[in-house]
Amino acid sequence: MSEDLQFANPKLKVKDLNFFYGKYQALKDVSMNIPANKVTAFIGPSGCGKSTLLRTFNRLYELYPGQRAEGEIQLDGNDILAKTQDITLLRAKVGMVFQKPTPFPMSIYDNISFGVRLYENLRRGEMDERIEWALTKAALWKEVKDKLNQSGNSLSGGQQQRLCIARGIAIKPEVLLLDEPCSALDPISTSRIEELIDELKTDYTVVIVTHNMQQAARVSDYTAYMYLGELIEFGLTDNIFIKPKRKETEDYITGRFG
Amino acid sequence: MTATAAAFETSERSAYNQPPKPVQRVVWMDAFFKNLTRFFAFFVFAMLAAILISLVVHSQLTLSKFGFNFLFNAEWDPVTEEFGALVPIYGTLVSSAIAMAIGIPVSFGIALFLTELSPNWLKRPLGTAIEMLAAIPSIIYGMWGLFVFAPLFAEHVQPVLIKTFGALPIFGPLFKGPAMGIGMLTAGIILAIMVIPFITAVMRDVFELVPPLLKESAYGLGATTWEVVWRVVLPYTKIGVVGGVMLGLGRALGETMAVTFVIGNAHRLSTSLLAPGNSIASSLANEFTEAVGDLHSSALIELGLILFLITTIVLALSKLLLLQLSKREGRET
Repeated sequence: MSEDLQFANPKLKVKDLNFFYGKYQALKDVSMNIPANKVTAFIGPSGCGKSTLLRTFNRLYELYPGQRAEGEIQLDGNDILAKTQDITLLRAKVGMVFQKPTPFPMSIYDNISFGVRLYENLRRGEMDERIEWALTKAALWKEVKDKLNQSGNSLSGGQQQRLCIARGIAIKPEVLLLDEPCSALDPISTSRIEELIDELKTDYTVVIVTHNMQQAARVSDYTAYMYLGELIEFGLTDNIFIKPKRKETEDYITGRFG
Repeated sequence: MTATAAAFETSERSAYNQPPKPVQRVVWMDAFFKNLTRFFAFFVFAMLAAILISLVVHSQLTLSKFGFNFLFNAEWDPVTEEFGALVPIYGTLVSSAIAMAIGIPVSFGIALFLTELSPNWLKRPLGTAIEMLAAIPSIIYGMWGLFVFAPLFAEHVQPVLIKTFGALPIFGPLFKGPAMGIGMLTAGIILAIMVIPFITAVMRDVFELVPPLLKESAYGLGATTWEVVWRVVLPYTKIGVVGGVMLGLGRALGETMAVTFVIGNAHRLSTSLLAPGNSIASSLANEFTEAVGDLHSSALIELGLILFLITTIVLALSKLLLLQLSKREGRET
């Protein structure tokens, strides 16, 4: 792996990670260091394992019997794949936003307080502050501050997705996983989310999976190209997009493949 | 070979040479079909009205003779022609309440296990078993309740209930009296067993409709299975869940054969759940063939009318509950 990846400050260290859906191996010996307070993008054709890799970081795959990960993933030096890892605490540190907006069937206020209440016992005033903070951070506060009691489903798609981001950051995670967060959104909502991602990296380590190469080029500091379950190339986004080292990466980036 | 080729050629030539015939479309069919479906739809209203009217008309005698007192009178004496519906109404409501108190949590638990926790290989056999339980005719539940469940219940469970709960200050009177096996509690338990498959099947189906992504996002926040189901799955599926519960409650309120077997059929008002009682449906089943005077038949028909009204009120209450729930969740627009 190239020199620029010996980052001074890795947040997540993946070592020889293999992942299986039953007998099918979806990730093959993936090793990478994801730097803290940067945006790292995973790109690659459908089925290359980028979402799978993302879902190992909060062990979401465990919801489904037959899916398992082997290897090591360190979050600040602790192996999160270890059996002793408290899964709830892991998910408090590693938040996630999905392909489609998924507001819970409750009010906007409760959508955010739901996650916070799982970990903290806040008084009403403190909770109000936290909710305003999270919504402001997600650039949604101005639009919803007068209708916090309305259902989360009453918002537009882009607003719902920002609500989901607010919900994720309200519990103050350290890492934020975004799984194609803009794939269901219109261009204007997409650009708002992209601006947001850029602001979020000051406080969080952001990992984003995207189908959209322009998006990866716009928002990320580092880019990983994956193909058929293998990490082909990982480096500074500028290097990956301007002078990729591997032929496969270049073919994909230039659209000759995929 | 040549014959088919020739046939093909002629058919093709005729197809090309002749101007295309317009397709005969039957326009009046559309109008006919529209009116037919409308007729069926309005037929529902007609049926409802017809049933309601005939119930009212045929219970005219007791309606005019006893008036509202009919609802609060515990007497039921065909000999002196003194009729009151309090005992069957009480029996219907209490046995159904017991059935719901047991049935709803158990059904919820089964549905939760089936959708969230069960290993894949167990889902199908368990689901099939529940559907089969729903298919058992009610008379079999009644027989099983009377011949198998009631004796066991009288021997092993009721004495314990009398000894423990019977001694409590407030709930005590509910569990007093001899252990006879049959009675209100037994009827409630049999009803619970009968409604569980219905409620479970509906709950499982609606739980499975929850988008996986929605559940994943709740799990992704670090919620436990219980928190996900209680705070996300249940609110998301509340209309279906209430519908399932109503289906079960409707069955419990109107269930006739199984209840007739095990409730005891005594026109007596008793505080004890272990004592025999009566429900509206079982009174009707027991007495209709033996009703001699016009007043007796009229009283029975009025019981039917009351059962009809009870189910209507229950349905209305469930709509109100849903309205209340969606208010709490926040307006949609």
